[in-house]
Amino acid sequence: MEVINITGTDDTPNVILDKENGKFEISGRSLPEDVNMFYEPILEWIDGYAEAPADKTEFHFKLEYFNTASSKVILDILLKFEEIVENDNAVVIKWHYHEEEEDMLEAGEEYADIVEIPFDYVSYTD
Amino acid sequence: MDNNKENHGFLDFAYQMYKTMKTNEINLVYEGEVTQEITKTFTSITEKSLEKSQESNTVQRKVFNVMVECLQNISKHADSIDEDDDGARRGIVMVSHGETNYSIITGNVIKNDKVPELKANLEHVNSLDKKGLSELFKQQMRDGKISDKGGAGLGFIDIAKKTGSKLSFEFKKLTDDVSFFILTSTVKRN
Repeated sequence: MEVINITGTDDTPNVILDKENGKFEISGRSLPEDVNMFYEPILEWIDGYAEAPADKTEFHFKLEYFNTASSKVILDILLKFEEIVENDNAVVIKWHYHEEEEDMLEAGEEYADIVEIPFDYVSYTD
Repeated sequence: MDNNKENHGFLDFAYQMYKTMKTNEINLVYEGEVTQEITKTFTSITEKSLEKSQESNTVQRKVFNVMVECLQNISKHADSIDEDDDGARRGIVMVSHGETNYSIITGNVIKNDKVPELKANLEHVNSLDKKGLSELFKQQMRDGKISDKGGAGLGFIDIAKKTGSKLSFEFKKLTDDVSFFILTSTVKRN
């Protein structure tokens, strides 16, 4: 599978989707004006991945900030991984949050309430 | 002569505004078109000034968060007084701080026929506690769709949830067609 490797900007996140090396990560900031345009290739990539996923996928979210439009798209991403779980493949979401950012931890917990995927919460400092 | 008088009037206005801003500890005032570029610029200015002021990271992040949601609301939903001028989304933005909190005030023109629904939404959000807001947010994320304008219908819920304060709002009728919508969000300084 092709590798997606997008470098973040002031309003878009870093994205690494690399099946070969088992690296799946979205990090940084996500507040693009047009979330659909930014995330469309990412959602498409995940659709492709879902057809032949690894036995175990560890997906890292290490977001410093995301706007509400992005929060909806993040749920769409998680729902796609939920399907992968339903097809008997292991998926773990590693949800990183700054130790002072309770809002970011809560956001992760809200997603964990909605989707049937195990979440690991990982706190970090500066 | 007239020109001179006008000029003097402007200087007076500029000075008064400067004084008002200083006494009321206003960090930022803007009136004009609100675009993604403006949103990025303002949030970054505010972020830098908060960093300098040694405000806690949590408060900085919340102010940033509220600004992004408010500005993106304007750039997606603001209407205009002039029917022909549909392209530009304009609004006012003001950020000020006092001893106990930051206020983020935004204002924009909105069509009168949208007012009842908007008001009902805001009142509903204000009627909920933290848990209720979280439930509504999750439900809206699940059931909602990203609109053509790129919104998810989550902005007000998010602001109320993260600030822990009620949203304060007002509608001033401008003409038979449009009103001015003012929203004040409050972020407590710990």
